[in-house]
Amino acid sequence: MIMENLPALQVVIPLLSAAICAVLPSGKVAWGWTAVTCAIAFAISLALFGQVYHGTPISYAMGGWTPPYGIEYRVDLLNAFILVVISAIAFFSSFYALKSVQHEIEDSKIPLFYASFLLCFAGLLGITITNDAFNIYVFLEISSLATYALIAMGSDKRALIASFEYLILGTIGATFILIAIGLLYMMTGTLNISDLAIRVPSLIHTTPVKASLAFFTVGLLLKIAVFPLHLWLTNAYTNAPSVVSSFLSATATKVSIYVLIKILFIVFGAKLSLIYMSLDKILMVLALFAIVIGSLVAIYQNNIKRMLAYSSVAQIGYIILGISLVSVSGISASMIHIFNHAIAKAVLFMAVGCIFLRVGGVRIPDLNGIASKMPYTCAAFVAAGLSLIGVPATGGFISKWYLLSALSEQGLWPVFAVVIVSSILALIYIWRMVEIMYFKEYIESDNKITEAPFMMLLPMWLLAALVFVFGIYTSPVTASAQKVAKYLFGI
Amino acid sequence: MLEGYNYWICIFLMMIGFFGVITRGNLIKKMMSLAIFQVSVLLFYISVGTVKGGAVPIISEGVDLYVNPLPHVLMLTAIVVGVAVTAVGLAIIVRIKEEYGTIEEDEIMAIDKEINDKERNC
Repeated sequence: MIMENLPALQVVIPLLSAAICAVLPSGKVAWGWTAVTCAIAFAISLALFGQVYHGTPISYAMGGWTPPYGIEYRVDLLNAFILVVISAIAFFSSFYALKSVQHEIEDSKIPLFYASFLLCFAGLLGITITNDAFNIYVFLEISSLATYALIAMGSDKRALIASFEYLILGTIGATFILIAIGLLYMMTGTLNISDLAIRVPSLIHTTPVKASLAFFTVGLLLKIAVFPLHLWLTNAYTNAPSVVSSFLSATATKVSIYVLIKILFIVFGAKLSLIYMSLDKILMVLALFAIVIGSLVAIYQNNIKRMLAYSSVAQIGYIILGISLVSVSGISASMIHIFNHAIAKAVLFMAVGCIFLRVGGVRIPDLNGIASKMPYTCAAFVAAGLSLIGVPATGGFISKWYLLSALSEQGLWPVFAVVIVSSILALIYIWRMVEIMYFKEYIESDNKITEAPFMMLLPMWLLAALVFVFGIYTSPVTASAQKVAKYLFGI
Repeated sequence: MLEGYNYWICIFLMMIGFFGVITRGNLIKKMMSLAIFQVSVLLFYISVGTVKGGAVPIISEGVDLYVNPLPHVLMLTAIVVGVAVTAVGLAIIVRIKEEYGTIEEDEIMAIDKEINDKERNC
């Protein structure tokens, strides 16, 4: 009974517990409720992944209405992989959240904070699991609305402006996606993705379908924050509460990337959308700009969260670059990087959250010699930083390796060189932090700085350990990613 | 040209909204422009659902041509989403007014610039 309904429960449990969470009496209870919910969702996602890894995709008819008339939830290899990534990050973030949220959010607002967190989580899961185009839009807006609220809860007043900016841009992006869905519905008369995939390719020569592809791409690129549409991301990540930055950087953009992959490869078909419409070249140019400019700007930042946000822009560039290659190895590289970047960035933002808790600020000049006081936090920061650079034995190395071999496969040597150079740029901005945290003299001040609480260190270090585990024991991730890529190309 | 006038109306409304979002400095006006932008898409969907000579989609004897009700149903959801977005947006504007004492974009940016400069120098 429960096993059959896992696809629905995956979304329904977080969604309903969000509503209950909002009326819970105290922050501690709300936290416990959230942690349990995230743990259940994580378990469900693992069970789903196990079911589809060796078997066939699961199709679930919502409310018993058979697809294509009803809303279909469909779990295949691609989205089961993403579901595991999202719910794993949510699980670890929820444990990390306890102390961090107590410090950054007013007591009376903590249950509401967790309610928004769960809503955002449910929305992201919904986008991933649904096989209905309009449903994607609705879940996208659920997660976005919760995100606006979460960002606005940042302790600095600039968080409000960041949230408002994101609300304007996010709504424009989502409305573009809505228009795109409308155009496709107008031409095909269906909203079911699998159904669309059958009908769209024969209509690709018509203007509405071409326009639909354009609206989808622009809307999603806005949501993914691909250069030059990344402005909302840097402000939002900089000013949001630490847990939110950590959770969003690891999941929200990744889910939008997943939708982009689904639209381009499954609905329109890679040949038609990317090659016939020359979208591959556009994406590649944007990705290269993102990689170079994101890394360069990150070097000059004075605020460590803003530095990480710009680094995210660059890392998203790598993922888009992999997609733009339109090859099995390119997509595998993207999938591996979605996984590795999610873990590394979550750890980095968690470490910054620990520093914020103890130091009270995230300006880089204030962090001189901080490693002597917070050794575990700084070590985790460096560990994840190594993955960002792509040092061997970390997850980042594996994704860079796959990306570079995908590039050499097609003989794109100039692009190959850009990726190498940008890795050096990443080395510069991470090394700058290492130098400040480890080699500068610590200036004694009145407020004694101590190591972060154990409840924050534990999830951070578990994730940091995963960076190395999947850097050395690579086969689970790479095998899944290659299987996903082959599935997308129908091999 | 006039055949597709419904699409022209949608595009016209959409561009009014888009223009407002980009050019208005007052946050409330920005938010209202965004609402117009969203509403244009609702009209687009509804006009797509129309069938020439179609009756109200309630099964009745002697009628065999109905308008397509599905876009209407979808738009009910989209209206709810639009209202939620506007509500959240306005709520954030209230908070901005409390913190900054203004809802004019250029004044807010000036205050932000001051804070940023102060952070950089100390």
